[in-house]
Amino acid sequence: MGDIIRLDHVTRTFQIKRQTIKAVDDVSLTIREGEIVCLVGESGCGKTTTGKMIVGALPTSSGTICYAGQEIAKLAQADFKKYRLGVQMIHQDPYASLNPAHTVYDIIAAPLAHHGFVKGETAARRRVRELLELVDLTPPDDFLDKFPHQLSGGQRQRVSVARVLTVNPSFIVADEAVSMVDVSIRISLLKTLTKLKEQMGLAVLFITHDLALAKYFAWEGRIGVMYLGRIVELAPARQLVEDPQHPYTQVLLSAIPEADPDATRRKKRIELRSMDVPSLLRLPTGCSFHPRCPRFEGEQCEQVVPQLVEFNDGSAVACHPVLRKRVADKAR
Amino acid sequence: MQPTLSVKNLSIEYRARRGRVQAIRNVSFDVQRGEALALIGESGSGKTTLGLGVVRLLPSAASIREGSIVYRRSGNGQSEIDVLGLKSDPLRQFRWKECAMVFQSALNALNPVLRISEQFADTARAHGYVRGAALEERSQNLLKLVRLDPERVWKSFPHELSGGMRQRVLIALSLLLEPQLIILDEPTTALDILTQRNIMDVLKELRTKLDFSLIFISHDLSLAAELADRVATVYAGKIVESADVQTIFKAQTHPYTIGLINAVPTLKGAKEDLTSIPGSPPDLIDLPTGCKFHPRCPLTESRCVEQEPELEDVTSGHQVACWNWRTARESLKAFEVK
Repeated sequence: MGDIIRLDHVTRTFQIKRQTIKAVDDVSLTIREGEIVCLVGESGCGKTTTGKMIVGALPTSSGTICYAGQEIAKLAQADFKKYRLGVQMIHQDPYASLNPAHTVYDIIAAPLAHHGFVKGETAARRRVRELLELVDLTPPDDFLDKFPHQLSGGQRQRVSVARVLTVNPSFIVADEAVSMVDVSIRISLLKTLTKLKEQMGLAVLFITHDLALAKYFAWEGRIGVMYLGRIVELAPARQLVEDPQHPYTQVLLSAIPEADPDATRRKKRIELRSMDVPSLLRLPTGCSFHPRCPRFEGEQCEQVVPQLVEFNDGSAVACHPVLRKRVADKAR
Repeated sequence: MQPTLSVKNLSIEYRARRGRVQAIRNVSFDVQRGEALALIGESGSGKTTLGLGVVRLLPSAASIREGSIVYRRSGNGQSEIDVLGLKSDPLRQFRWKECAMVFQSALNALNPVLRISEQFADTARAHGYVRGAALEERSQNLLKLVRLDPERVWKSFPHELSGGMRQRVLIALSLLLEPQLIILDEPTTALDILTQRNIMDVLKELRTKLDFSLIFISHDLSLAAELADRVATVYAGKIVESADVQTIFKAQTHPYTIGLINAVPTLKGAKEDLTSIPGSPPDLIDLPTGCKFHPRCPLTESRCVEQEPELEDVTSGHQVACWNWRTARESLKAFEVK
């Protein structure tokens, strides 16, 4: 399978008054056709900014993003339109992302007509019905003429998904797409997304702060963990959760409470050296995790920015002590 | 020993343009001394309304239709307070001195133009508590208890602190007048994982060092698993199951509790185990007949549609409101296999 999206050393900075904030710093990531990748991290780690750059809502400050092998910043008009249709975004808040004055039919039919996918009212109705069925809003006739306020959060989010599917995308960025949906129905929404991925060969970049959810959704795919603008670990989903390598991933996993009173009370916690999250305005030198890192090893961590290094087992980690240990193990 | 808080047959309604929102319907529960009770449920289930009702801070569109709330202070000056009968000054004294509430959004709960020191002084003044050096010493000790550096925080404005620090300031502030009951409304929602962990550790430590009861409102099951002694599941304004934390997570009998626990992905869980509850939460203005969960319940039969089940004892300390609780676990398992 070919690569659908490829980020090469992508950096994005923002100017706030006279200060510069590096929201995304030297991120390289390749997503194959039909693959699911989850980006996980705390707020301010740059995961949403990364997603926005991929859909073209934000330009990069440096580095390149390629869609199907072509650099998006250099695409000519016709190709650029192809990219814009091919890469779509599902937003976090289904209460804000649907026009309250339009019916479900209006919302979904608009892009169909605008991009000339259907001609005439009858064809549009037929296609909208198909799409509603695809996102499990059945029977579709119950939903066609409803307004967003008449739908539940989960149903609205399904409408957002149907709207995205109108233009036959090959890649979807879903930014915290289920975090505002009731807990009891999150899984069914994710199951719908998984079904679509399988039926239509969609690739998905799923952005979330919930590692358990990421593991569930990415199951066969990969999870990338971001910290202060950089990807610190990238590995197959289950491997990342079951055998985390980067100290930050390990700390995160040990801090998450679990829905099992025995497990969660007995869980071994890894202590941080410091609770303070560094300001993006004054990032620490070297590895930006070093002031908090439980595996801090001195000078190298303080001074040299660790690069993401790929290992044979399919994982990639940006950490000096981990890399050193891997090299030592190999030499033995 | 008598419970710190006894809520009996409480019903709360909101007036809305479309009709009356039945946010809390005939809810009864006790909070024992030193106990942590978690109220879990989805958004709109009425759990926050319940919390606000206990401290009588409901918005003006809400009214308490019936029921009673009794608070019992133990130790020095033992007394029993009928919370719904309180008016003006005694009510203000009850809030914070007896029962403090930590709100969901810590940023909005602190006055943005007052330094942290002034927030503490304000609270102390309003309740005729100690002032001057004594107040400063007590406040700073509390700040240390919640793992904040008083030097750094004392003269700061709220906007100079991070979300997690503000939340901890609020927790310290809630403890200032030594209340015996603290209500935490989604204390860690909107906080990052590591900050959330820190707050949870602080709460656990406080509970071992100080003597207070806790009502803990959350939609996050895992927080309840970690912090609570007892858990009550709230659905459509009613407690549908209540038990000790082990029972709720290991031997729950209400189909909604079972469904909720099966719907939350865990780090260890296998993929197949997860299933959503079909449908969506009901409209509180136009509630279904009978059991309010029946439109979403796989085990619904005619009785469920006709008549609403009340809480009954499964064992002592474990109550459930479901006609089919005896067989629910087995039947649902069979249902999944199909």
